Amino acid sequence: MWQILTGYWSEFITGFGNTILCSLIAMFFSLILGVFFALLEVAPPKIGRAIAHIYIEIFCNIPLLVITMIFYLIIPQFWVKVSGFTAGTIGLALYTSAFIAETVRSGINSVGDGQMEGALSNGMTYVQAMRYVILPQAIRIVIPPLGNQMITLIKNSSVLAFVAGFDLMYQGDIVAFSSFQTIETYVIVGVFYLGLTLPLSYYMRHLEKRLA
Amino acid sequence: MRKFKKFLLLPIIFFLAFTLAACGNKKQNTYQKVKQDNTIVWGVRADTRLFGLMSIKTGRVEGFEIDLANAITKQMLGENGHAKLTKITANTRIPLLKNNNVDVLMATMTITPDRQKQVLFSKPYFKAGQGILVPDNSKIKTVQQLNNKTVLAVKGTTAVANVHKYAPKAKVLEYGDYGQAFSALKAGQGVAMTTDSGLLAGIASENPGYKLAGSNFTNEPYGIAVNKGQTQMVKHINKALDELKKNGTYNRLIRKWFKGVKGFNIKEVEE
Repeated sequence: MWQILTGYWSEFITGFGNTILCSLIAMFFSLILGVFFALLEVAPPKIGRAIAHIYIEIFCNIPLLVITMIFYLIIPQFWVKVSGFTAGTIGLALYTSAFIAETVRSGINSVGDGQMEGALSNGMTYVQAMRYVILPQAIRIVIPPLGNQMITLIKNSSVLAFVAGFDLMYQGDIVAFSSFQTIETYVIVGVFYLGLTLPLSYYMRHLEKRLA
Repeated sequence: MRKFKKFLLLPIIFFLAFTLAACGNKKQNTYQKVKQDNTIVWGVRADTRLFGLMSIKTGRVEGFEIDLANAITKQMLGENGHAKLTKITANTRIPLLKNNNVDVLMATMTITPDRQKQVLFSKPYFKAGQGILVPDNSKIKTVQQLNNKTVLAVKGTTAVANVHKYAPKAKVLEYGDYGQAFSALKAGQGVAMTTDSGLLAGIASENPGYKLAGSNFTNEPYGIAVNKGQTQMVKHINKALDELKKNGTYNRLIRKWFKGVKGFNIKEVEE
């Protein structure tokens, strides 16, 4: 096992780096998109609610691999060339954003109706009420499930292996097939993923304690 | 809990019984067995176009290797000889041969030193080599032109190492199987796809708009494999193969399957 790790060190590190990079970009965009669509779904205008609903239902209910393949194989035939890394990251961001939107929406809904009514009757606008009254309370509720979404996102980033995105899983496949040491290689890949998800999981637990 | 434990015990016993039984296979002379049964059990592929592919229309496996297997069986055992076909995949072929589930393997298997440690190969029966598949309008003719371009290949094949050797500056993207690699070529993720030319011929024959570029740049012939130590069997397979090449049956089969594939040089594989 040690020989595999040292012999293919640069392959593993490239994969590890790409996995981190892809996860960070996807996290950033999925958070923005997710919160945006969650706000759209609870907002009064019916049209916004309908749009958010369609978006969430579509991306929640299509497998991540299919979304990624659409960006990797179909979009390039008609429009613009998309590399495997980009296609995987876009797919990951869209897919996760739908789940984040649902999580945030449920957090907002769990704050009692009276809070919104109280804020509005005290002269706040809808945006102000959202910003200063509802969201601060909702954040506490959604932190634990959001942490889970982030960990799922990191694990889901292995979808890049299918579109030649040079992530950890892709490099793991290459090492496994060229060294024939399948078991050792995938154990190492698993440990690398743990190195990402375990600290995040502990940080989330810490955050949860501090906010609650 | 006790009941549960008993429940668990049964499958474990079965599992052990089966795995241990597999250990007990005694060494037998394949040629004697084949003569006695008048049947050769062939391990063949059912997922490779032109070589061995399950036909949806007839429900039978058809291809060059299937025809050749039948011809060799008839040559070895006479007109009444029977070829029994067992479908195998690239991952299962050597284990199935090792535990005597099949007598002989003919499954697009390149003769390599690593494999020679495990099985015994016949003379080559197909002059395979690595080729390049490109869209019809591509200007690429040789492997050297792939330098500084993106090439698509399949994980776990010798093709990747060969590209690094002949076109060191080419960028190689690797996929899980041939279907995925070809979809990526269609989507323009790379300029060419590379693997054994016989497999590429299968893809080209099915997809108009794609052709094989130039001739093979490696020489990686396929061999028929039997278990280690079955020298008598290999001798007879080689003899049958030689006779088929001499009487023209071999070339007839080659022409039957590979004639008309765009860019595939039939002279390269004929004897």
